Amino acid sequence: MDDQIWTYLLVAFTFLVYIGVAAWSRAGSTQEFYVAGGGVHPVVNGMATAADWMSAASFLSMAGLISFMGYGGAQYLMGWTGGYVLLALLLAPYLRKFGKYTVPDFIGERYYSRNARLVALICALFVSFTYVVGQMKGVGVAFARFLNIPFETGVLIGIGIVFFYAVLGGMKGITYTQVAQYCVLIFAFTVPAVFISLQMTGNPVPQLGFGGKSMDGAFLLDTLNQLSVDLGFAEYTAVKKDNLLNMAFITAALMFGTAGLPHVIVRFFTVPKVKDARVSAGWALLFISLLYTTAPAVAVFARTNLINTVSEQRYEEVPQWFSNWEHTGLLSFTDKNGDGKIQYLADENHNELTIDRDIIVLANPEIAGLPSWVIALVVAGGLAAALSTAAGLLLVISTSISHDLLKKYLKPDISEHGELWAARISIAVAVVAAGIAGMHPPGFVAQVVALAFGLAASSFFPAIVLGIFDKRMNREGAISGMMVGILFTASYIFYFTPQLNGPGTRDGFWFGISPEGIGTLGMLFNFVVAVVVSRLTKPAPDDVQELTENIRFPRGAGEAHDITIH
Amino acid sequence: MYLFRYNLNNMIHQDKKFYWKKNLTYLSILLSIWLLVSFGAGILWADFLNQFRLAGFPLGFWFAQQGSIYVFVILIFVYVYLMNRLDKEFEVDEI
Repeated sequence: MDDQIWTYLLVAFTFLVYIGVAAWSRAGSTQEFYVAGGGVHPVVNGMATAADWMSAASFLSMAGLISFMGYGGAQYLMGWTGGYVLLALLLAPYLRKFGKYTVPDFIGERYYSRNARLVALICALFVSFTYVVGQMKGVGVAFARFLNIPFETGVLIGIGIVFFYAVLGGMKGITYTQVAQYCVLIFAFTVPAVFISLQMTGNPVPQLGFGGKSMDGAFLLDTLNQLSVDLGFAEYTAVKKDNLLNMAFITAALMFGTAGLPHVIVRFFTVPKVKDARVSAGWALLFISLLYTTAPAVAVFARTNLINTVSEQRYEEVPQWFSNWEHTGLLSFTDKNGDGKIQYLADENHNELTIDRDIIVLANPEIAGLPSWVIALVVAGGLAAALSTAAGLLLVISTSISHDLLKKYLKPDISEHGELWAARISIAVAVVAAGIAGMHPPGFVAQVVALAFGLAASSFFPAIVLGIFDKRMNREGAISGMMVGILFTASYIFYFTPQLNGPGTRDGFWFGISPEGIGTLGMLFNFVVAVVVSRLTKPAPDDVQELTENIRFPRGAGEAHDITIH
Repeated sequence: MYLFRYNLNNMIHQDKKFYWKKNLTYLSILLSIWLLVSFGAGILWADFLNQFRLAGFPLGFWFAQQGSIYVFVILIFVYVYLMNRLDKEFEVDEI
């Protein structure tokens, strides 16, 4: 069977599974819609969190990014995993004990202020919406590239699927669909990696294989370092010493951003107990790390393979996959010196090959000569990653509107039934809006994902952590901290991002920190301002201090406060 | 048979303080390890560590792209274990 048929079959099959799971897990109450009834097993929640977390970018682009950055790619690997330690230790158990539905809920009640809730609500909406547009675009791209379906139709199919299970099932439907999507995406990512690891190093475990010896007896990384140097690149594993501060800031911004993203935090409201919230974060990170420790191995395999296959080869003799990918424009060759051979070099003036980084994951199975069903699997995996993240984000958007804005702000007397319908309608509107924005993505979509992390790190993270660990922290401190954090971070990013028409240039970076990493500084400003202002104003009222005290002790979480003694 | 509402105030003030202090101690130890493996071994000292090897991996590179992630996972499960034990000891675990 050829690739195309395999791809159609696999994608259709996985979509049917998602719809089936969704139909089986419909939500009947707002509690089920917002937090899946609060009865999700911690391992299941961990798996759903992992699927929620790993987006189209993690699945399709990250390994490619690393393979072109070498050592430096570690900022994404550590940044997008390290945040879970912060979540498990500093946030998840306490927010679960607090026991409401959303992040603005916590901010609003802990800081006894409707304005604080509104600020949090706007941040949550902005962060989630920019993020979800990127996912919708990812769905369209995957369809367009592999199924020869026009980009717009691809986005429409994506909208249809997410619409069906998110509107019907709310958090409950999304949770169980995400479990299925995790299985698809992790299988799709690791199977090609295992095959290639076996081929290149004889070791079936990619995490060990890329530190092992290749068939010629030399360590694979030594070979790659040598190849890179020969072509004029830096050694693959070498540390770029002049960039360390910036790398640390980017890593930190991604970590603290992860721990502050509303769609990740809300997942820990769905488990029954405080101790489940703790262990669930552990499971989530374990499931995530399966992909995140495989990705750097894929990066090394793919880069070595690519250089070996194309460098100094005659253009007429390149394998079939090369011309396949040339058609998509992701790969292009211009014979600058007219010798008929491909020169792939670090030097821009002599380099003849341009490679889109996304090709690493997409074309890896072909480059390694794997069977066509493996290639089909990668497509299904990419779609699973995009759809699961999109659904989780859309839920945050709809909850923000129906619960935080409507129920808590505009119309507090709305009935439970009315609120559930409002939630369904707002998720429906959000799906369609995200789809339309995904079809005509504003040019800045890729850039605003960095903005999303920066804003989450500089606004939510300090406000929540201080709300738990500093009893005295008050409304004035938290609001001024959040405002300073957001405004500073957003203006720095806008100023220094050319794609957003910012006038700033690289030379103007503070301490060489790029916009991706500035959220860390914004977060520090937030902490300092919040603490100073709160010490100059009067402490939080007694009942709020009591609430803060109460969330520190697990006993009494959920509705089951009452115990019967015989 | 009668209903009894469990109240945190039943816990002696001293005990509550001690529980929270113990929790903060665990947090500072575990978060220091978190900081050391990622920002320390993975970034700040990576260049120095690269002169040592773990099989085919330069050590700094390994910490940055593999080791730190493994440590993150272990840290969370250690914290879960420690806190479950502490909750039981102070009888604040969920019934």
